[in-house]
Amino acid sequence: MTAAVIEAEAPAPSRGARVLAWVRRNPTIVIGSAILLSLVGLAVLAPWIADDPLNFEPTNRLKRPTAQSWFGTDRFGRDVYSRVVYGTRISLVVGLSVAVLATAVGLAVGILCGFYKRVDGVVMRVMDGMMAIPAILLAIALITLMKASLLIVIIAISIPEIPRVVRLVRSVVLTVRALPYIEAAIASGTRGLAIMARHVLPNTIAPLIVQATYVCASAILLEAGLSFLGAGTPPEIPSWGNVISDGRTFFQIAPWIIFFPGVLLAVTVLAINLVGDGLRDTLDPRIARRM
Amino acid sequence: MSATTTPALEVDGLKKHFPVYKGVLSRPAGAVRAVDGVSFAVTRGETLGLVGESGCGKSTVGRVVLKLLEPTAGRILLAGEDVTTLAPGAMWTHRRRVQIVFQDPYSSLNPRMSAGAIVGEPIGNFGLAEGAERQERVARLFRRVGLRPEFMRKYPHEFSGGQRQRLGIARALAPEPGLIVADEPVSALDVSVQAQVLNLMIDLQEELGLSYLFISHDLAVMRHISHRIAVMYLGRIVELADKRTLFAEPLHPYTEALLSAAPVADPARKRRRIILQGDVPSPARPPPGCHFHTRCPYAIARCKAEDPALGEVAPGHHVACLRREPGAPPVALTPTV
Repeated sequence: MTAAVIEAEAPAPSRGARVLAWVRRNPTIVIGSAILLSLVGLAVLAPWIADDPLNFEPTNRLKRPTAQSWFGTDRFGRDVYSRVVYGTRISLVVGLSVAVLATAVGLAVGILCGFYKRVDGVVMRVMDGMMAIPAILLAIALITLMKASLLIVIIAISIPEIPRVVRLVRSVVLTVRALPYIEAAIASGTRGLAIMARHVLPNTIAPLIVQATYVCASAILLEAGLSFLGAGTPPEIPSWGNVISDGRTFFQIAPWIIFFPGVLLAVTVLAINLVGDGLRDTLDPRIARRM
Repeated sequence: MSATTTPALEVDGLKKHFPVYKGVLSRPAGAVRAVDGVSFAVTRGETLGLVGESGCGKSTVGRVVLKLLEPTAGRILLAGEDVTTLAPGAMWTHRRRVQIVFQDPYSSLNPRMSAGAIVGEPIGNFGLAEGAERQERVARLFRRVGLRPEFMRKYPHEFSGGQRQRLGIARALAPEPGLIVADEPVSALDVSVQAQVLNLMIDLQEELGLSYLFISHDLAVMRHISHRIAVMYLGRIVELADKRTLFAEPLHPYTEALLSAAPVADPARKRRRIILQGDVPSPARPPPGCHFHTRCPYAIARCKAEDPALGEVAPGHHVACLRREPGAPPVALTPTV
């Protein structure tokens, strides 16, 4: 009876209150996603908020930031602000595509390795080999084999990221497989594919999502690094790496060319990592979810 | 043998050896003889206790009976049907007959499934009921094990250890098995909760006519729930008897030592504590002859050479000890050291 009284007296918190409580508990996710959302806004709205990033104005070379060109101009008189805004598109597209591609391939391969010992021995040695080569070198090698294009850049960055995902998925699958609830499932008549789908996969998703955010951040950095080295995104496409690369030789007389894309790059990676850390904390099954 | 007297489970000469690999090339180098020739039967409605210290192979017996592990040798008969060599696909139809309850109430439930889904899974697997009917069956199982049906929507982490174990029991009951292998089902629980879960299991046995193969190292628990008890040492059964007989007059020196180690809630009672010397030998290299002779206070020269068989010394009382063999001159066992 007392329980009923208590229930009646304490009204269920409203939807707004619950959302607010969640926001307060997960400030990193909220801040990180807010930054990411504004970056996505920049990328989507680029044609309306920025000028043509390829527009030459040879008379306006290496100008300081002014009211006309907020981030100044580069050695061809191109507007750095417009180039940085358009560069956001490249970075986000590369980050997201690599995260999706590497995670999908890594998940499939990792589950195979976790379940079939024969596949495991061979595939994991290949993965070890891939991890022994620095990601940027492997990506450069892959890009030089093919004609430079954005798609090739995405594939070339995904390949060195795959082993990290495979390792994670494989270790989770091996851990989960040895747990009694898998034995219980077998004993109660659950068969192979259903065990994978019902018991193994759902317990792999949480760490995988967290890993995907880190893959995304590292892909954005790798793309910028490749562009900076001139081995990545073709130079006619304004990506942050290309802009920084262009401004490198002038950084003593025109530091704004590398300053603004550099800051945006750092902020983006920081935001993604904030979201990743926040997700890791909320998705951890050991921390009871109350939402 | 008529259908009603067919034992729920019969195990004959069961062996499970785990190969040990050594070196870079992983060449087989011997085997761990976890279970080394075990025979017993569990009749309908009976609880057979399997007792022994850690590493004696009692849990392995449970897993082999469920065919979660393939036996190395021997025969397993579930309700009279030989399932020893069945491939996973063919075994599937027999899985309904035997279920398992695990020791760890935490890792034996999938944290990402709701309690209702966990208990309902076996019902769906065997196509026993679908949709609303399945929900109704799950709700009945919840009530049967003392959980409120509203808990079906909750997730495992929202339950206490005892409640989780009740969920595990409900899942085991779901496909309506005749036999449940209970692998230390109360060892991870508080003593007060242990009694509740044990009593629940006893009630269920009376209501549903279940047979239990009850694995535990806890003699007090064994005494409470078992009808007959088998004592295991280093992969073999050394003594098998009715509960009363076993506790009153243990015939195997190991059983004697084991019982003397259990506390008795009576300070006035004088007890002779038998303390065994040394450690359990490695099951990868069990000693020749009687496995127990290295630690047996009554061992004689013959024990090192001859392997005692499990023989019936009194009706229903089986012992594997050379000094207790039928026909052997009756000896009052006295320590040789």
